[in-house]
Amino acid sequence: MIEFFRKQAYLIDFTMSSLLRRKGKNFGLLLVYTLIVFMLASVMLFSHSLRKEAGIILQQSPEIIVQRLVAGRHALIPAEYIQKMGRLRGVTSKKGRLWGYFYNPVVKANYTVMAPDHLDLSTTEVIIGAGIARTIGLGIGDYFTMRSNNDTFSFQVKDIIERNSELVTTDLVLISPKAYRVITGIPEGQFTDIVLSVRNPREVRKVAEKLVQKLPDIRPVLREEILRTYDSIFAWRQGIVFVLLIGALLAFVIFAWDKASGLSAEEKREIGILKAVGWESADILHMKFWEGIIISLSAFMLGYLAAYLHVFYSSAVLFESVLKGWATLYPQFKLVPFIDGLQIATLFFFTIFPYVVATIIPIWKASVTDPDAIMR
Amino acid sequence: MFLSPAILALILVSAVISLMLILASGFAIQVLQKWNINSGSELQLNLERRTYLISTLLIWAFASELISLMLFIYNAESMSGQFVGAMCATGVLNVNEWGWPTLFLKIAIFFSGTIWLALNYLDNKGFDYPLVRVKYLLLLLIVPMVITEFYMQTRYFMEMNPDVITSCCGSLFSVDAKGVASEVSSLTPRQAIIAMYGSGLLLMLSGTWYLLRNKGGLLFSLFGLTAFITAIMSIISYISLYIYEHPHHHCPFCILKSGHDYAGYTLYIPLFLATSLALAAGTISYWKKIPSLNSSVAVYAPKLVYLALIFFNIFYILATWWVWQSNLTMESIWQ
Amino acid sequence: MLISLSDINKVFNQGKHNEFHAIRDISLHIEAGKVTCLKGSSGSGKTTLLSMIGCLSRPTSGRITLENKILSGLPERFLTDIRRHTFGFIFQKFNLLQGLSVLENVMLPAYPLGLNHKDLKASAQKLISHFGLDRVMNNPVEWLSGGESQRVAICRALINDPQILIADEPTANLDTRLSQEFMGLLDELRKTGKTILITSHDPIVFNSPVVDRIVEMQDGQIMES
Ligand SMILES: Nc1ncnc2c1ncn2[C@@H]1O[C@H](COP(=O)(O)OP(=O)(O)O)[C@@H](O)[C@H]1O
Ligand SMILES: [Mg+2]
Repeated sequence: MIEFFRKQAYLIDFTMSSLLRRKGKNFGLLLVYTLIVFMLASVMLFSHSLRKEAGIILQQSPEIIVQRLVAGRHALIPAEYIQKMGRLRGVTSKKGRLWGYFYNPVVKANYTVMAPDHLDLSTTEVIIGAGIARTIGLGIGDYFTMRSNNDTFSFQVKDIIERNSELVTTDLVLISPKAYRVITGIPEGQFTDIVLSVRNPREVRKVAEKLVQKLPDIRPVLREEILRTYDSIFAWRQGIVFVLLIGALLAFVIFAWDKASGLSAEEKREIGILKAVGWESADILHMKFWEGIIISLSAFMLGYLAAYLHVFYSSAVLFESVLKGWATLYPQFKLVPFIDGLQIATLFFFTIFPYVVATIIPIWKASVTDPDAIMR
Repeated sequence: MFLSPAILALILVSAVISLMLILASGFAIQVLQKWNINSGSELQLNLERRTYLISTLLIWAFASELISLMLFIYNAESMSGQFVGAMCATGVLNVNEWGWPTLFLKIAIFFSGTIWLALNYLDNKGFDYPLVRVKYLLLLLIVPMVITEFYMQTRYFMEMNPDVITSCCGSLFSVDAKGVASEVSSLTPRQAIIAMYGSGLLLMLSGTWYLLRNKGGLLFSLFGLTAFITAIMSIISYISLYIYEHPHHHCPFCILKSGHDYAGYTLYIPLFLATSLALAAGTISYWKKIPSLNSSVAVYAPKLVYLALIFFNIFYILATWWVWQSNLTMESIWQ
Repeated sequence: MLISLSDINKVFNQGKHNEFHAIRDISLHIEAGKVTCLKGSSGSGKTTLLSMIGCLSRPTSGRITLENKILSGLPERFLTDIRRHTFGFIFQKFNLLQGLSVLENVMLPAYPLGLNHKDLKASAQKLISHFGLDRVMNNPVEWLSGGESQRVAICRALINDPQILIADEPTANLDTRLSQEFMGLLDELRKTGKTILITSHDPIVFNSPVVDRIVEMQDGQIMES
């Protein structure tokens, strides 16, 4: 047993030195390999953390959102609907919400405006997200203006929301319900939607069914449904990107195959000598196996690390163009770093596995050289 | 249908493993037809060299199969958010009728792979390669399993319907439901304990007997397999309850989660390792009558038996420990 | 008697249009502790025969035994195992691994045996200094002169302490003085009890007093012995 491990140590040692003796060839391979890992890992880390962020936002949102539909379109919901719902088993709170989107043509950005009633804001005060503060250049005490149809309203910034995860709050504008009604013209007694909190997740579906029976013109939206849709949309998007990247992967596999089978005359001679002086085919196979492991692991770790830095510390600069179309408010947003086992396993199968498979046959061919070949 | 990277990876890997095995068995058939160990011809030399390729292909294929088994479970776990009613891997496996068979096949392929690799290892120790035919015939039996697995897994993922309301561990492993899973769960803890520790005892006895007398290797493997099955049944029937500290939560997957201190790994890793070792031990011990293998069998079989016993014991100790340290008291279930 | 060959045949490219019968029905005994030289013109089959004796290749038919152990039917895996414990090889073109040091080159054949690294290094160093190569021990082999390369090759052949040394045209790349020096080293090795088998068509080798027995070959057959 100890001989086995010592033998592997010798083989690793030999492999390292022979890799270093052929820096040029191996460096090229390592570079391409790392690039492949980097691309795939960036896509995975990026879309996965977007999904996570979205999940976090939704986790804080209520279990059921009730919207009213008029002619199949979302309409304002009257406050008396809250009474009409009556007592529902398992529902711990019912509340009307006021919120909407507000387009600022100057900075060409959409704000999410909300009017929570628990915040104790006076009609002239506002709380804004860090993204907005940054783009317009506002600090606490400055004035923030919003224009409705013909009037302009000014608010004093009372606070700026800073969070580690800016994605959630960066474009948020909080004002008092009264101010909201004035700006938007939504009359008293009307809400954008109604939210219900349900303590036990198993009862959510029952509550939703009962709501639809009582009030036929409403549509309950369940949080778990949104979460599920998000989940599958993100997984699907990632999948599409991966399918697109399979082309690149295939090119890499061909490259790896070519590298492994195109042994230089020098390398062939070396293997011939090793076999002649007493190495067995299996020893050569093991050595080549270690070579693959060393290259793969280096490429994997380098590529993954680069992707990690790229996504979490440089805010995914390479995906900036994708983000730009999304909103101008996200120049500095940072995703919360994480590492996920499933992802690493998946990435492993997309990179190391194809490499290994592509090199098995060439390696075997090299390992079964005639031991007496170098005597001829 | 779903198209996440993990699913793509799983399908890709199964496809590649199937191809590798088909390739290997193509070579194996040629070897079977033309093998003549007494010949010094170049043909025979090439066939012998080809066995290296077959071995390499299979080692990688079976290793990948193991990783793909783990990925399959992780993936099911992570997809549980995408199905109504699924809270963990169980729910996702229940999404359609292909989930469970795929899982079972993956496990079966893993164990068959262990047996094959043991056979191959032993054969390479005999100067006349006495098991060439046996091992390549076995390989030809494994190939259909791998292809079926690829087919089932693909259908499993293709036919996943997000609108299906699936049933999760709560209902599948509930005592009142019907089916094998619930029958396992409704084993009383007493029955499960007797089955698990009883088969464990038989295993220890036959292992010791083998170590002392060099007899009963196959029996040892058989008891190893029984011990594996009773262990899985016990995990579902009562060990999991103690880990969850919940008297009705019979689920073999949730114990893998961080919320339960990854208890599952401490059970499954020794259990799978021990079972593979026991299977390998029996496989090897069977060939002691072949002169060229005799001495190798005498070296390796006892080692494997010994290791298998160690890992089974680790499993039993850990399983007992999880139950013992739990805060759950189940008088109600103990009548 | 150490090695015995009976009715050895070697056919290359069997069954193809370029089939070639390189060795025909050779029977031969090689005694332990002696220096035997296979003499013959180029293409007479010396290397082919030597590589079969040294377990580098297998005969197409016939039987080779080493101390009553039958080698001829063994698969490569087992031949290799016997070879690395029994035979040391010195090749015509030295065949050292470029880029590695003298020490590493000498240790190379022992790697697959998984010996303790310290012991292995110590015995390699001992061999190297015994052949007067201390000064170049850590130099890469491409810096060595022809004579030094030859001695490194001998060290490498001896690292696993083989009973039998096999040298294929060892003096072909050496000048007269170095060739004679090489024969001196062989004599020394013979005195330590090694069995030595050489091929050559160099008179310095087969006329040397070190050689105990000359086997002459022609067209894959033995002329006289
Ligand atoms: N692998 C091979 N395939 C075909 N012919 C070979 C092969 N190896 C050697 N030969 C032939 O066998 C004959 C004997 O070669 P060899 O043993 O190298 O002769 P020597 O060493 O006496 O010069 C030569 O004619 C050579 O061409
Ligand atoms: Mg020659």
